Amino acid sequence: MSEGEPLLAVEALTAHYGDFQALFGVDLHLDPGGCVAIIGANGAGKTTLMRTIAGILRAGAGRVLLDGAEIQRLAAPEVLRHGVAMVPEGRKLFPSLSVEENLLIGAHERKGDGRWNLETIYDLFPILRERRRNPGTALSGGQQQMVAIGRALMSNPRVLLCDEISLGLAPVVIRDIYAAVPRIRESGTAIVVVEQDIGQALKIADYVYCMMEGRVTLSGRPSDLSREAIHDAYFGVSHDLA
Amino acid sequence: MIWLDTLVQGVLLGGLYALFAAGLSLVFGIMRLVNLAHGDLIVLAAYVILGICSATGMNPFIAATLALPVMFVFGWLLQTHLFNRVLGEDILPPLLVTFGLSVVTQNLLLEFFSADSRKLAMGAVEAQSVTLGPFTLGLIPLATLGSAFAVIFALNQLFYRTALGRAFRATSDDRVTVQLMGIYPQKVFAIATGIALMVATLAALYLGARANFDPTIGPARLLYAFEAVIIGGLGSLWGTLAGGLVIGVAQAFGAAINPEWQILAGHLAFVAVLLVRPRGLFPRAND
Repeated sequence: MSEGEPLLAVEALTAHYGDFQALFGVDLHLDPGGCVAIIGANGAGKTTLMRTIAGILRAGAGRVLLDGAEIQRLAAPEVLRHGVAMVPEGRKLFPSLSVEENLLIGAHERKGDGRWNLETIYDLFPILRERRRNPGTALSGGQQQMVAIGRALMSNPRVLLCDEISLGLAPVVIRDIYAAVPRIRESGTAIVVVEQDIGQALKIADYVYCMMEGRVTLSGRPSDLSREAIHDAYFGVSHDLA
Repeated sequence: MIWLDTLVQGVLLGGLYALFAAGLSLVFGIMRLVNLAHGDLIVLAAYVILGICSATGMNPFIAATLALPVMFVFGWLLQTHLFNRVLGEDILPPLLVTFGLSVVTQNLLLEFFSADSRKLAMGAVEAQSVTLGPFTLGLIPLATLGSAFAVIFALNQLFYRTALGRAFRATSDDRVTVQLMGIYPQKVFAIATGIALMVATLAALYLGARANFDPTIGPARLLYAFEAVIIGGLGSLWGTLAGGLVIGVAQAFGAAINPEWQILAGHLAFVAVLLVRPRGLFPRAND
């Protein structure tokens, strides 16, 4: 996908849930400061891929490299310390914590200063400043998603994994949330977005991977992918246009 | 006036039960672990204090300050090497392990200290009291109640004002997602159990100061602690204090009516509260 060294490289990655194999030799590259989108239908393996990169799910074969260093055997807290943060599917805010506490716990293991702190998160999502004393789970779905993104950014990650951040949200709310993506990228954080909204994915990403049944069935730059090729990839016909 | 005095004495007794219960409540609130060995660990802490007193001739209050870090480390090791191995979706394995720990602790204490009753010699302070209006209050019971309030207040400050407290609450909410914050739930649990055993050590100090103890009294202390936690609302610290006071007051009134009714009155109060409020007096909103 690029000529330089990728920031994040996934090579021939496999993963299992018990006896069930969910990923079959997945490859993915993310450049420094870049943004890639992973699209695919339900059950395609997108969330499994994110959870495996983040260290929540143990990798089988293959490698996950961050700046050339293998991280696929690390537990999730160690993966975070290496600079990979995740916005999990369904937001997963902590009900016992206020909005501000949900943000602060994202910086629990952070050492030193960085681009992202409470003030810069509130600048990114001003509504959160007004709601900072509210329980995180008392907010609307869109605001909860903002908290989840802010919480992940509080660790000042080099890579941000966003899993289905538009799921269940109104189009106007999705637009507001995706409006933050350029600012996140400007901060130097590279982004991997899992998205079922193909139009949105093609709009924000430098590079798109389409998955089906645990495999990448199509990949390429958005400008290189035809509507037909994407449609075919959803149903199992592979066209690598890169 | 006699009834008012009974109420006051019940509140003072409730302070001890609140101390018994605070550690149990802390552990349950964070990791949903019902530690059936909690009463025995309180008794163990009492023997640790007794051992330090015997070896050094120290006052039990000073000995307790040495026992606190010892019990923290013991709790940390217990959680790291035993409880963390069995904590999971199934609540039965940890229950069985803590039950086994209870039996082992009692038998080890019997082996090393015999079945003889012991008491912590507090010196002159044992018999001292203060008079507040019409009430005469023993210094040790007052210190017990004061310590109970102080412990609950301190634990609340820890929970709601510190990064560790945030980690406690977040881990209690979702022990998978919290790993994405860089937090190892097992380490959080180990710290929590260490703190719980420090609180148990304070409870042990006042237990040994007020009454005789022997290796077999742990399960009864667990029962009072468990009732206090449930009356207060599982995982609620101020609720645990209230639960301890309810049992203490009920026992005091039971004893005032008929000394044989003391223990029964506490259990009846427990049942009565649950009939009216099945989730306890102050249940957590997200339980």
